[in-house]
Amino acid sequence: MSGNMNLTLKVWRQKNAKATGKLETYKVADISPDMSFLEMFDVLNEQLITKGDEPIAFDHDCREGICGMCSMYINGRAHGPKSAITTCQLHMRSFKDGDTIVVEPWRAAAFPVIKDLTVDRSAFDRIISKGGFISVNTGNAQDANCLPIPKTDADASFEAAACIGCGACVATCKNSSAMLFVSAKISQLALLPQGQVERISRAKNMVAQMDDEGFGNCTNTGACEVECPKGISLENIARMNREFFVANIKE
Amino acid sequence: MSKLDSKIPEGSLEQKWSKYRSTVALVNPANKRSLEIIVVGSGLAGASAASSLAEMGYKVKVLCFQDSARRAHSIAAQGGINAAKNYQNDGDSTYRLFYDTIKGGDYRAREANVYRLAEVSANIIDQCVAQGVPLAREYGGMLSNRSFGGTQVQRTFYAAGQTGQQLLLGAYSALQRQVGLGNVQMLARHEMLEVVTIEGKARGIIARDLVTGKLERHFGHAVLLCTGGYGNVFFLSTNAMGSNVTAAWKAHKKGAFFGNPCYTQIHPTCIPVSGDHQSKLTLMSESLRNDGRIWVPKKKEDAEAIKAGKKKATDIAEEDRDYYLERRYPAFGNLVPRDVASRAAKERCDAGYGVNKTGEAVYLDFASNMKYKYGKQEAIKKGIANPTEKQLHELGKEVVKEKYGNLFDMYKQITGEDPYEVPMMIYPAVHYTMGGLWVDYNLMTTVPGLYALGEANFSDHGANRLGASALMQGLADGYFVIPYTIGAYLSKEISVKAIPTSHPAFEEAENNVKELINKFFAIKGTKSVDHFHKRLGKIMWDKCGMARNEAGLKQAISEIQQLQKDFWTDVRVPGSADEFNPELEKAARVADFLELGELMCLDALHRKESCGGHFREESQETEGEQQGEAKRDDANFMYVGAWEFKGQNSFELHKEELKYDVIKVSQRSYK
Repeated sequence: MSGNMNLTLKVWRQKNAKATGKLETYKVADISPDMSFLEMFDVLNEQLITKGDEPIAFDHDCREGICGMCSMYINGRAHGPKSAITTCQLHMRSFKDGDTIVVEPWRAAAFPVIKDLTVDRSAFDRIISKGGFISVNTGNAQDANCLPIPKTDADASFEAAACIGCGACVATCKNSSAMLFVSAKISQLALLPQGQVERISRAKNMVAQMDDEGFGNCTNTGACEVECPKGISLENIARMNREFFVANIKE
Repeated sequence: MSKLDSKIPEGSLEQKWSKYRSTVALVNPANKRSLEIIVVGSGLAGASAASSLAEMGYKVKVLCFQDSARRAHSIAAQGGINAAKNYQNDGDSTYRLFYDTIKGGDYRAREANVYRLAEVSANIIDQCVAQGVPLAREYGGMLSNRSFGGTQVQRTFYAAGQTGQQLLLGAYSALQRQVGLGNVQMLARHEMLEVVTIEGKARGIIARDLVTGKLERHFGHAVLLCTGGYGNVFFLSTNAMGSNVTAAWKAHKKGAFFGNPCYTQIHPTCIPVSGDHQSKLTLMSESLRNDGRIWVPKKKEDAEAIKAGKKKATDIAEEDRDYYLERRYPAFGNLVPRDVASRAAKERCDAGYGVNKTGEAVYLDFASNMKYKYGKQEAIKKGIANPTEKQLHELGKEVVKEKYGNLFDMYKQITGEDPYEVPMMIYPAVHYTMGGLWVDYNLMTTVPGLYALGEANFSDHGANRLGASALMQGLADGYFVIPYTIGAYLSKEISVKAIPTSHPAFEEAENNVKELINKFFAIKGTKSVDHFHKRLGKIMWDKCGMARNEAGLKQAISEIQQLQKDFWTDVRVPGSADEFNPELEKAARVADFLELGELMCLDALHRKESCGGHFREESQETEGEQQGEAKRDDANFMYVGAWEFKGQNSFELHKEELKYDVIKVSQRSYK
């Protein structure tokens, strides 16, 4: 069923990585407050296709806030005006009839635009492949309960591991720093006994790759933590800095 | 004479796997380096298979359509993963997990496969913990377990409501490690569009680079499809938007039989549809049924008043509520298996007792446990004598928040209602598909060298999957089954040199894909891809959903055939082939769903019995205590229905008889 909201959208359109992009203005009518933000985009795209225009390309998949694929910069905020949610969890009841909404892609040198609102975040995968793991081949494992882990450590590790790799932290940081993302993985593993063996090489290699990818440095503004849909804490960055520092001393 | 050889090893059930594993042919390390394996899909099955095979020394290539291997839809699994560890000392064992799985599947799965699954389940937990997956723990440092439906032991391991995410990230890390070591070539934003066969064996694939639109040829000595289920044939499901059947369907059209396509799992606790704009449905974990009571009003006039917005749930007096699961199934109550709970909700809503605007919703109410179970416990702990109702509610609310906080938040985010204060509204939705590509004991399809793992294959869950068993099966297939069973085939392929992709078979396959893509653009119709997908979804849901009957299925088949014609004459695919074009991707997927939908209805039509998730209205118990319950027909349908593609709109049924040597087959009763 349709609703009664009429909105003006200014959306970033860019044909491909090399093309110059710009904001285009669109109108959508009869939007229901129960729609999700992405469903409102579905309506807009349906409208564009029917008119013979090209629909807007945007990344999305699970639409329940866990895959980390959706990535819209809405009215100057990563994942929109509400905290602790992804774009796909944002609903139209967070907006008012008559609003103008500006939608842009993640902006960072390390996340080049592929098309419209879609960006390339493969830099994150390359960072993980430099050390975001424990080197244990299939079949190597001992019985899981041979290694008791204090609940508080396991819980803290889990909180860091909740990162969905969406890149909102990078998009929102004035330096395009990836430190919240990288530190979440380093923390998850540093907090567990299984992660100790490779602790030093992990910190060094992941940080080196992060720098190579062109992500900026951290100047402690804390914007990443505010915009993170999973509430990953700044403490992780402090922990990563400590890990990196120790790794360099031990070298 | 059946064409299907399940290749189940000889010997007693308990020894089949251990003996087979120790005698299956091996490939020596030097030869592994020259054997190439293509893995399509990077979810639990794909990532675990790819990393394990790369560790062993094979040359592996992985494709996924998402922007990163970490996005695969396994990530969205909430509740947990089963394993027969017996850490709770509550009588669990390999045999018991095996038995529960066969029974839960309504006696339509293979004994040997399921026993193997139960055997390796314990290794999965060990492997994941070693990888640094932060599973939930007790204060003593040991792993924690919770209960799930259809079992009487606590064998479900979990990581809050994000178990799938944590397990997938573990497998993804192992995969990225192999990428970093150069043992795996990772191709994200790539979609497989054709299987290449040479002399009857799978020898590679044609894939489209989704960013540039370029078609690519990839050779492999073996191809593993780990591409998940096909629930999106219903348009609305709990699957991710991109989840699709395309890889499996292309394989089917190249000779891989499709097993039990009609077995679909409809999950009872999902957030109901709110309007036409809806793009997907969101699951509320099965674990909520532990503490929630499901009800609708007893009186029709109350249901009408709620629908009209004149009454609220809280206005209905206790004696005017119908806790229909507790009424119908006193022994299991709100914890009956998924298929039973879903059908019961539909029955009440069809009878006019549904509780939202559309009449398709029931209440899942936490008020009673919140107040009288947790509230009272907390009051005793805190020494509060004679607590008021309001106090009990507040005390209990804190406990519920700790257990299910993330789910309650998710619900509020989507519906705008606060489930701590008013009951949740839920309705069944398509969630998982037990059917899939037919595979033998080695996980090989009927095309030599072509394998299917995880939800993409048909094995292990029979006609109904138990909660927390999907993650188990995906990882079992990838970590602990395929690394052994692939040797049976590849050991005979060691002399085969990599075939150049200039081979005519690759040429032909690529041309077929090109032709298909050109066809989409040539139509220049008036309707979007979604338009057709929604129409297909409605036909499937109405006529091949929770309840099916002969007339409806026949009608569905003719409607789908008409819809196929409409699609191919009136779909509009904007843009071009040589660019990033999500509408083109969708069109290719929906074209395959349109063909699959027809086969699902055909399978459902031929299976005149009710079993598990497949409920035929004609096959119900008509008398006695079980009146109205599903009626299986073991005499005529105790087989796997495996369909062979025989050309457009033509399929031939093959049967693999199911034999139960160990388990005594009986009726499932939850009364």
